[in-house]
Amino acid sequence: MTQTAKVNELSWIVGGAQGSGVDSSATVFARAAASGGLHVYGKREYYSNIMGEHSYFQVRACSRPIRSHVDTLNLLATFDAETAFRHARNVIDDGAIIYDSALAGTKLDDVPTIEARLRADLQTYLVARGLGFTLQDLLKSAADRGVTLVPLPYASLLTQVADENHIDQLSKISRMVNMFAVAASFGILGYDYELMAKALRDVFRSKAEVAEMNVRGARKAYDLVRGKYDAYPYRLEPIGFNGERRALMTGAQAIGLGKVLGGMRVQTYYPITPASDESEYIEANQIVNVREPAADPAEEESDVARETGSVLVMQTEDEIAAVTMAIGAALTGARSATCTSGPGFCLMMEGIGWAGINEVPLVITLYQRAGPSTGMPTRHEQGDLRFALHAGHGDSPRIILASGDFEEAFHDGAKAFNWAERYQTTVIHLVDKALANSNGTMPIFDPDQVRIDRGELITDGWSGRDPYKRFAFTESGVSPRALLGHPGTMFWNTGDEHDEKGHITEDPVLRNLMMEKRDRKLDLAAREISESDKVNFFGDRTAETVVVSWGSTKGALLDAIDALEREGIKLGFLQIRLANPFPVELVTRALARAKSIVNVEMNFGAHMGGLIREKTGIEPTHHILKYNGRPMSSTELAEALRVIAKGKAPRKQVLTYGV
Amino acid sequence: MASKPVLKVADFQTEVHNDWCPGCGDFGILRSIQMTLAEMQLDPSNVAIVSGIGCSAKTVHYVKTYGIHTLHGRPLPFATGVKLANPGLEVVACGGDGDGLGIGAAHFVNSGRRNVDMLYIIFDNGVYGLTKGQASPTLRLGVKIKSLPAPNLNEGVNPLWLSLAAGATWVGRGYSYDIKHLVSLIRQGIEHKGYAFLDVLQPCPTYNNLNTKEWFGGEDRKEENQGRPLPRVYKLEGTGYDPVVHSEDELDAKMAQAMMRGREWGDKIPIGVFYKNELVPTYEERISARVPNFLKNPPAKQAIADSKGRPTTDLSRLLKSLAVN
Ligand SMILES: Cc1ncc(C[n+]2csc(CCOP(=O)(O)OP(=O)(O)O)c2C)c(N)n1
Ligand code: SF4
Ligand SMILES: [Mg+2]
Repeated sequence: MTQTAKVNELSWIVGGAQGSGVDSSATVFARAAASGGLHVYGKREYYSNIMGEHSYFQVRACSRPIRSHVDTLNLLATFDAETAFRHARNVIDDGAIIYDSALAGTKLDDVPTIEARLRADLQTYLVARGLGFTLQDLLKSAADRGVTLVPLPYASLLTQVADENHIDQLSKISRMVNMFAVAASFGILGYDYELMAKALRDVFRSKAEVAEMNVRGARKAYDLVRGKYDAYPYRLEPIGFNGERRALMTGAQAIGLGKVLGGMRVQTYYPITPASDESEYIEANQIVNVREPAADPAEEESDVARETGSVLVMQTEDEIAAVTMAIGAALTGARSATCTSGPGFCLMMEGIGWAGINEVPLVITLYQRAGPSTGMPTRHEQGDLRFALHAGHGDSPRIILASGDFEEAFHDGAKAFNWAERYQTTVIHLVDKALANSNGTMPIFDPDQVRIDRGELITDGWSGRDPYKRFAFTESGVSPRALLGHPGTMFWNTGDEHDEKGHITEDPVLRNLMMEKRDRKLDLAAREISESDKVNFFGDRTAETVVVSWGSTKGALLDAIDALEREGIKLGFLQIRLANPFPVELVTRALARAKSIVNVEMNFGAHMGGLIREKTGIEPTHHILKYNGRPMSSTELAEALRVIAKGKAPRKQVLTYGV
Repeated sequence: MASKPVLKVADFQTEVHNDWCPGCGDFGILRSIQMTLAEMQLDPSNVAIVSGIGCSAKTVHYVKTYGIHTLHGRPLPFATGVKLANPGLEVVACGGDGDGLGIGAAHFVNSGRRNVDMLYIIFDNGVYGLTKGQASPTLRLGVKIKSLPAPNLNEGVNPLWLSLAAGATWVGRGYSYDIKHLVSLIRQGIEHKGYAFLDVLQPCPTYNNLNTKEWFGGEDRKEENQGRPLPRVYKLEGTGYDPVVHSEDELDAKMAQAMMRGREWGDKIPIGVFYKNELVPTYEERISARVPNFLKNPPAKQAIADSKGRPTTDLSRLLKSLAVN
């Protein structure tokens, strides 16, 4: 090795045409790294397209926990020309590019899926360097910067595999190029091939033969490059787990698991990116195992039914049906949710109002994506905060909770149902594309931390002196809730204003009492919800500059703040978790003394910044915003915060990095 | 052991003031629903009636069972959620023709595809009653009723046809002034295994001055010698009509027969059961094929926590599949 090795500090990209298996190759890469004890964070980018457009997966592998992606790229693994064209310029000078040697002659104009804007940009870049417009030219410009080029003979590797396995058509195994790219990556990184083999067997668990063919085939690519590129400084090495049990999963899986553990038994949905992944994951695992009862009956109710459970996952005709069906199910006592994204949420407004006026516990998991309208369906944004706050006509109470990372998403997924039932209200769980589609390593969740609170629920009849009234006026605003089908607690529901029994009224006095009763439940929620569910504060409480943000920017911010701290720049970070009821006091306390308040959001309109001003009168001094559809990286956030720390920043900085 | 008290029609009536116009056809349907529930001796706390929005949708407030008055056009998805979460409940959905065939048409179609075991009743009056008489989706092209400024520009949709095409496995039509017959139809609809759709001809004397009680009753075309009216409405069962699909090979013929009869209108308007097919698996049966104990332990009945609030759910299998070490 000529230079000092850079061990376990890697940012890697694999890309290819949509439908060519990029996701599974990235999963194999991530699992292989993770099973060596490395911490992994992966980000997925794709077009709204099924086949042909460019998609890529960026995976970071590190010896310390990481929570975000970076703009740096140490190793680019490609098997098509487009991926190399799109990402080559972003490879760091001492990085490397794996490419198909047969594609070097590909002209820029031969790749129709590269947009005109990018094409012109690449041409300018090549012309400035006196180069032509082929991939070879672009690779040369990279090599001139010091980038290591790793040509792979994909076609001949495929032919060898086909021959050895007696496969008559190469097209039957063409997807294996993905695994060649992964194996070659591990080859030049000097990583143990056995860990990749294990990951392949895990990912292709249900297809043992395919797994073995891939294990043997990919080995060839690994052997071709192993030991041949000593000048390339990056290495991956297994480090073990220090006794920690870890999992690798996507945000959508984490949320789904949290919801099921939290007792969700009905989920309705109409297909929409990026929300459907969660429903599909739950449906694929709809049979719910139940715990063995504790040996000591004093420990828990032993007569609780130990019958295997199940989640009913309903794909509906539209989002109106999704939300109303979930409400119907909730009226019977089943914990029920629907999950959607912006366009679908638009169709749920009337249902949300109905659930509000009828005090139905309803959970909506809202996966934000770039709007307005169809916007950029597969790209990221945090553009629905205001929308969630005001969804529907009239004043209808709701709780809005935003998760910042996988762990929060899991626990919030469960917690949302507790709040929905305790306060008999809609809970909108705000997540987003970046969180849903990213994957990462995390300590395995501890289910024992989750508790179920069903609030004031009547299940064994009504023993009150007066006849049961579903909407009885109470001090807290919460009325004991009965369920459809139970004797003695008959009630009516209506979307009209109603009396305590649930019958229509237009009486002005009753109207006021009902409006006020419903609103009191939110006061109760504001009193009862714990501080850590309202806000988190990280870093230096005395810092002059406090960053404030919400949702999935959390990871990139924490990583950026760590980086700045190493440079001697101290920052505080207020993460707002509960957007409604708004934690006025906690936010005021955290921001009141700050000299600079930096509002960071992945949207155009600085929604949270405006909400903070509305609720506390405090106005952020700076905004860092991004709305190009690509999540914020810790690199660009660190840079923007650095400018602010130097006192040189404009009031608003717009981040623009993205491929 | 004391025998269960017998439920009377009055036991299914609430005290709520009824604000329908005098002479409204809705009264007959309401009465028929209450009579059916009493006749079937259904436990009121095990019945949920789910309605949309419109004059007709107020029905639930007048019936002493669980009553869910939902949103314009949405009784079916609400009812579907109720029924599938707790299949032990007797669920009846109802609402207006505008509600079910206009704004709620998507659910009308998709409920046929699902075949959930419940009854859906449309109060078919040709108008949007509660918004003051605009044309509803069943009002025919060129018809000018008194509430319209000019003849109707849209063709009417045939609810029977639409429900057959969508896959409803029981299709019937009743008349709100033939209560005895209507009670029998509602009962059959409830007892049908699968999704039953019942269209009820419901005069709206306030806005629809053409399809009135007198018109359905044929008051305008009296018999020559004795002067008795010649009713337009006639009963299918009186004609030897058999709506039941007894075996798969009868499907085409029974469907064709239902379509042909369902087309009749004007001088002869059939009521009764047009189609009944219990060979199609219900949605509940389809779920049970995947989740064998679905009916025994449906979503609403599952114990999700022990007395200490700990989840009963065991995620270990799933967590294991995601674990890396
Ligand atoms: C989303 C929505 N749009 C419009 C209305 C207004 N609206 C109330 S009742 C009604 C029509 C009711 O007609 P129909 O369903 O035929 O019932 P009917 O009154 O005739 O029984 C309409 C349009 C509404 N409540 N909600
Ligand atoms: S408007 Fe028509 S449908 Fe509505 S209550 Fe009056 S008569 Fe009945
Ligand atoms: Mg009507």
